[in-house]
Amino acid sequence: MAVRLDYRMIEEYVERGAHVLDLGCGDGALLEQLISQNEVEGCGIDVDLEQVRKCIARGVPVYHGDMLEGMAMFEDGRFDCVVLSQTLQQTLEPCRVVQEMLRVGRRAIISFPNFGQWQVRLRLLLGGRMPVTKVLPYRWHETPNIRPLTIKDFLGLCRELKLRIVDRIFLTADYGRLPGLFANLLASMAIFVVEASPGG
Amino acid sequence: MAEHRSVGIVQTRHWRFADPPNELALRSGVRLGPIDVAYETYGQLSPERDNAILICHALSGDAHVAGRHSADDRKAGWWDVMVGPGNGIDTDRYFVICPNCIGGCKGSTGPGSINPRTGKPYGLDFPMVTVSDMVKVQHALVSERLGLKKLLSVIGGSMGGMQVLQWAIDYPETVESAVPIASTSRLNAQGIAFHEVGRQAVYGDPNWHNGDYYDGTAPTRGLAVARMIGHVTYLSEHSMREKFGRGLQDRDEVGYDFGPADFQVESYLRYKGGSFVERFDANSYLYITKAMDYFDLVADHGSLIDAFRSVRGRFLVISHSGDWLFPTYQSKEIVRALQANRVVTTFCELGSEYGHDAFLLDDDQLRDTLREFLRNTQAAVRRRGSSRSRAPQKAVAAKTEHSPPTAEGKT
Repeated sequence: MAVRLDYRMIEEYVERGAHVLDLGCGDGALLEQLISQNEVEGCGIDVDLEQVRKCIARGVPVYHGDMLEGMAMFEDGRFDCVVLSQTLQQTLEPCRVVQEMLRVGRRAIISFPNFGQWQVRLRLLLGGRMPVTKVLPYRWHETPNIRPLTIKDFLGLCRELKLRIVDRIFLTADYGRLPGLFANLLASMAIFVVEASPGG
Repeated sequence: MAEHRSVGIVQTRHWRFADPPNELALRSGVRLGPIDVAYETYGQLSPERDNAILICHALSGDAHVAGRHSADDRKAGWWDVMVGPGNGIDTDRYFVICPNCIGGCKGSTGPGSINPRTGKPYGLDFPMVTVSDMVKVQHALVSERLGLKKLLSVIGGSMGGMQVLQWAIDYPETVESAVPIASTSRLNAQGIAFHEVGRQAVYGDPNWHNGDYYDGTAPTRGLAVARMIGHVTYLSEHSMREKFGRGLQDRDEVGYDFGPADFQVESYLRYKGGSFVERFDANSYLYITKAMDYFDLVADHGSLIDAFRSVRGRFLVISHSGDWLFPTYQSKEIVRALQANRVVTTFCELGSEYGHDAFLLDDDQLRDTLREFLRNTQAAVRRRGSSRSRAPQKAVAAKTEHSPPTAEGKT
């Protein structure tokens, strides 16, 4: 993802000096930017050692390992904000991941590709094969997306886990912003900002 | 692997302190003195005195980390693959220090040293030393002999990693960063068990005489067996399979006898045991393994989280996936407790099938990780230093009692 719009969301939702955890932080470039520009205290988690080393070179603290295991390193409420960019659909236990995010953090910013977008639906309906699109570029036997979901599915998860939706952004495959109307049909990607409901 | 350059010809230096009546109070309450410390240094100390790195060695290590003692020295220092010009711990950039720990037998005071009260070697009269005692002595060397107020990093593997943790806890104002590798906050039961088997091998050697053997024959048989057991624990099934398999030693078929080694792995262990006794003292082996067994930050502080309350610098915690003696979960325990104290911490598990010894191998993963971490840490420390020096402040008097340490690694 060339432009990580979820990082703009963080800038909107995170005050200066806040604590941010980035799950699947990659080379740490964007976290580094947040640290230097917003005086954020940042930390990343990534499974790829090559990426972890790049984080080290940038001075971004990082945990090398699986995200659930990495989040277990942190006490409750350690972060103001936890970011999960385009990987919810790749996790084995999405519910646990979201719950852990809201255990270690006050807010979660979660982005994911929308499997309910009309082109995706048509490819399966008319083509009869598992959809391959710009946002979902993998063939069925090589995709890391083991838990494909739609925007409606995510809303269902929020209800189930009693999450409060603070904000949402719907995007085209080219990161153009879409209005909320028929988002599940029109949007290729979604970004949600969620919190645990009080007492929930 | 990239060809790495050597620090060249180096020499071990010696420093004596804690002369009576100013002996050092050990953790046990016993006072020890005088204390000799053998140490080596490589590279140049910067004028700002902000580039010193302390390396803590493991159980059988010594002050000789890198380079050679003479042009025809057969073996380089124990971490020559990682320490040198342009290497992971870059002696072109950093002033690297490594002392031999007390209790040892490679120049620092230990059970084989002369007891000033009797004029004879201490033997088992040598007081029990702990990891925190080792660190206390290192701190004396660093602050009193070398005149350093800050260490850019304290780095060590295995028992060296225990010392790293102890440094960060006991001298937080000195330690800018800490790198425990393949280490633990408390040795597990399996680790203690292997140590005990090794010690039993020494105790059972008829030449041991309760540690009083310095004017006779040393208990080399027992110590060799202890070292053989140790070696098994530092390797892995994978590394032994890869290195030896069931290969036979100088023969085409097994001998069906109890003479010379049948298998290569037997021959290797016999060789390692035999060469170890030439360079190591059996009593030192007993004392140092005990110090490792007793090391327990949880017992010392109530919990690991409480143990790290005083820690200030940043941490890089490294484990190896194939290390079954100091397993990764123990490094993760350290990481969790550091995070609970909001210590800036990075954790890496390096992929390796080579057991505990992986940290001593010529490995680009570890080399690059250390290099990046140290460079970034130095840059961060210097940024902080320059922003602080812009603020008005009183000049800090330079320490002048000692001649500034110079490069000993350069010839």
